[in-house]
Amino acid sequence: MVSDEDVEQLYQKLKEDAESAGYHLNPDRSFVMGIVRGLLTNMERFGYMACPCRLPSGVREEDLDIICPCDYRDQDLTEYGACYCALYVSERVARGEDELRPVPERRGSRQGTAQQRQVGEPKIAGLSKPVWRCRVCGYLCARDEPPEVCPICKASRERFERFM
Amino acid sequence: MGKVHVDGRDAGGVTLYALSTCMWCKKTRDLLSKLGVSYDYVYVDLTSGAERAGLIDELRKFNPNLTFPTLVANGKVIVGYREKEIKSALGVA
Repeated sequence: MVSDEDVEQLYQKLKEDAESAGYHLNPDRSFVMGIVRGLLTNMERFGYMACPCRLPSGVREEDLDIICPCDYRDQDLTEYGACYCALYVSERVARGEDELRPVPERRGSRQGTAQQRQVGEPKIAGLSKPVWRCRVCGYLCARDEPPEVCPICKASRERFERFM
Repeated sequence: MGKVHVDGRDAGGVTLYALSTCMWCKKTRDLLSKLGVSYDYVYVDLTSGAERAGLIDELRKFNPNLTFPTLVANGKVIVGYREKEIKSALGVA
């Protein structure tokens, strides 16, 4: 069982991480606490924080794109002012200037996702280092391997793809 | 855990496919309770094996994207928490 203390602790961490990187948690605190509890429940069940508003397969590799923050968060924030769960919201929604609205599911079928992942590895001659892209927030860095944790959105190394 | 029946005023056949971890599913359940209608719900994430497969097949007929919450009220399918649409499908103004 997930304790209230764990929920509070993760909430504080997510809030700090969000604010330090220019993201915003939904100002509806009790709603967010419910989402955070869902994340911790999935952590207990699967060993990773799968999106609480989606049905995870339980296989980490298949669920990578929906480990929170999911690969779709930033696009949904731009288009709908909130991520799929409404854990993260746009600045306008956070300020109460825009209302929350339902966010349609952007995630394709699992097969589609797998295919997308295999889509080419563009190579540009003459680069001294490969360039890695964080699938979650788009952060780019040129180094031999991606960082352990994305410095912007805190996604883990396995969420990076070779960009150039 | 299969489908659970919640007693209330009869508003026709009402089934909610939900996830136990999802706050939009919770909001949908809260709305149904507030409206006091009778309905069945199932937390698909708490099922496994053949039961899960059966529920997924059932849900796919109503919502091929298999997203939650999916509410089926008197033949109308409402995907996501949409208060107005839910009320209208239940005949509540």
